[in-house]
Amino acid sequence: MTAKGKELILRHGNGERVTHWAVAIVFTFLFLSGLALFSPFFFWLSFVLGGGSLMRFIHPLVGVALVLLFYPYAAMLVGDNRWLPNDSKWVQHMGAYMRKEHPDIGETHKYNGGQKLMFWSMVPLIFILAATGVLLWQPWFAPHFSAEARRAAGLIHSICAFIMFVGIGIHVYAAIWTKGAIDAMIRGTVTRAWARFHHPAWERDVTGKDGR
Amino acid sequence: MPLQSLDIKNQSARTSTPPHAAHSTTEVAKLIDISRCIGCKACQSACMEWNDLRDEVGVQEGFYTSPADLSDQSWTLMRFNEEVIDGRLQWLILKDGCYHCEDPGCLKTCPAPGAIVQYSNGIVDFHQEQCIGCGYCTAGCPFHIPRLSGKDAKVYKCTLCSDRVSVGLEPACVKSCPTGALGFGSKEDMLFQAEHRLDDLRERGFARAAVYDPKGVGGTHVVLVLPHGDRPEAYGLPANPRVGPLLNVWRSGLARAAGVATMAAVLAAGILHYMRHGPLEVPPEGDQGVKP
Repeated sequence: MTAKGKELILRHGNGERVTHWAVAIVFTFLFLSGLALFSPFFFWLSFVLGGGSLMRFIHPLVGVALVLLFYPYAAMLVGDNRWLPNDSKWVQHMGAYMRKEHPDIGETHKYNGGQKLMFWSMVPLIFILAATGVLLWQPWFAPHFSAEARRAAGLIHSICAFIMFVGIGIHVYAAIWTKGAIDAMIRGTVTRAWARFHHPAWERDVTGKDGR
Repeated sequence: MPLQSLDIKNQSARTSTPPHAAHSTTEVAKLIDISRCIGCKACQSACMEWNDLRDEVGVQEGFYTSPADLSDQSWTLMRFNEEVIDGRLQWLILKDGCYHCEDPGCLKTCPAPGAIVQYSNGIVDFHQEQCIGCGYCTAGCPFHIPRLSGKDAKVYKCTLCSDRVSVGLEPACVKSCPTGALGFGSKEDMLFQAEHRLDDLRERGFARAAVYDPKGVGGTHVVLVLPHGDRPEAYGLPANPRVGPLLNVWRSGLARAAGVATMAAVLAAGILHYMRHGPLEVPPEGDQGVKP
């Protein structure tokens, strides 16, 4: 049992980890450059992101990169993110979970309710950000839309960006808070004990299939 | 280019108050009396000459307006609107171009510090060297005036000849007008003149003649006398131009503060939660029976 608890199980494959960090870098650039365009208080960020004109030119291109990276990535993960009855239970006991009271939330599969909420919020958010971004994209697409449509797009784009910041903020914090999660996304593996503690149903599925 | 002889009273994306040492600047205005305009396009030529602009040679599109639209190389344009009014075909000529709003939507929208400035005399000017080419001003303008150049990704529009005005000259278009349809001076004087023109027009039967100085944008520094003042749309002018609620929210200090507050709240929540509860770790071996 002792040896088995330290045994490593693969949680995130190579492709998944590389895509995850690519999405993370792309998001970071988009958020910081967007912030520079959103508020004069942060315009100085443009000086470390290529200068105002270049940053403004690159932002939508990187936005396309986000779409091209994120949606195939989401397709990889969607199977493990289907909403199950246990996930609603997790949401109900979210407060207790965060206070480490270990509430009874049933057996968690590969992702818990919180992780699935993160997943399902990013899917439409990135779509809305991309769609409204097209309306603002100079000089190619914006001229085809009315001023009023572009004002609405700008407002929605900004609101979604901050909602996304909240989502990503919670995601990053949860990874820092849950010891072992960042290692899992860097090296790809978790210990069997970690898997059994956080995702028992997943651990059983994986080890069962492996016949260990 | 910043003009040393003109004081800046407002600036795009500013984080400090513009200097307020000068108190006594006269607000200027250009007066366009459409009833006196003969459509000669001298103003267009003068604008090209003074500002050294050369638009691409276009094609005849079946109407007198030429070129077909404003562009980064055409900062003023005579639009020949054909309208049937009281059963008669009328040529309603609009000398289109920047109206130099007192509350400019372009300046409000612009994210680049100092790319758009408003001088204390009321002129709204673009400083292209600060422009980042985002085109937000084209969404902020209620008159659809600024044009983004495809060549250098900078926006351009009428400067009200701020360089000429700064040395006491009238704008080039005003100088060239052969009929006195264009006038330039203090806004007070121009409004006074406009009232006289209205009296004349009313005597000549234009009962609904009116001055166009829309309050929705705080008034403009290009003021028009419209013979059919009840129908500014017939001239291609918005009846009630305004910056609008969407832009007022999107580009407001309140929205910016809300954004900062959101980021700060996430950061603070994370730090406080970690300080209060510590990390979520897998319990030591012996406790493994106690399942979460």
